[in-house]
Amino acid sequence: MVTLSHYLTLSALLFAISVAGIFLNRKNVIVLLMCVELLLLAVNFNFIAFSRYLDDPAGQVFVFFILTVAAAESAIGLAILVVLFRSRRSINVQELDVLKG
Amino acid sequence: MFATFLFYALSTVLLAAAVGVITVRNPVYAALCLILAFVTSAVLWLLLEAEFLAVVLVLVYVGAVMVLFLFVVMMLDINTATLREGFLRYAPVGAIVAGLLVLELAYVIWFRSEGLPGGTPLVPRDAAYSSTEELGRVLYTQYLYPFELAAMLLLLAIVAAILLTMRSRPGLKVQDVAEQVKVRREDRVRIVTMKPESE
Repeated sequence: MVTLSHYLTLSALLFAISVAGIFLNRKNVIVLLMCVELLLLAVNFNFIAFSRYLDDPAGQVFVFFILTVAAAESAIGLAILVVLFRSRRSINVQELDVLKG
Repeated sequence: MFATFLFYALSTVLLAAAVGVITVRNPVYAALCLILAFVTSAVLWLLLEAEFLAVVLVLVYVGAVMVLFLFVVMMLDINTATLREGFLRYAPVGAIVAGLLVLELAYVIWFRSEGLPGGTPLVPRDAAYSSTEELGRVLYTQYLYPFELAAMLLLLAIVAAILLTMRSRPGLKVQDVAEQVKVRREDRVRIVTMKPESE
């Protein structure tokens, strides 16, 4: 029998994997963006599971908005990435230090 | 019973794909693993009877966002070897943080979950129930203003993405249509009066 706790645990595991991914790939901006997408997916899992078990469609509305914001975020993030690569010829996070004081 | 088996099988695939995203060497494979993760979660959302969002996840994410990711990954000429320096050095820290996160969340979910709903098995909804209809009902009444804000946000994202990536190269020969349209006869034709000459 699959209960709400099973879904929450799956979401927690997914969240932890993507947090570990941010630690592991701390130089590659593209994989960092992918890890952020995975984080948002894990959060969406919680919303949908609670929406189903509490029988309230408001949770699905929030998933809808999170999807919207995530799509906008990845579009702008990738645009910044392309501009960055065009000017620096690199996407290494360590080399992005022109703003440091 | 079949739903339980499906849940465990799909969860395994989802977690394996997530591990693939963060560990594979090539960003193209990472993007493909992410696509697998999204498709698997769409099926898991179908198990939770959120049909509309499952379809939206496949259409928007796999169809648009991941294609954008693949496009960018393949367009940029990236040296992945230098980007993976320090991968093993930070692996223990990442594993410790992730392990602590899972332990804390699992403790809360399994041992501090008094009053959490869902102890009873789910009753499947009847065939006449439509999650799209339910979602639309609250989205267009209770959440109408946030919905319009979301549309505005998407417009902003389009404008921002185009503005960021648009560039004008110097020395490029282009037509200026406005200049062409507003030209007047006086700018081009000069009428001179002169005496007719005869031989």
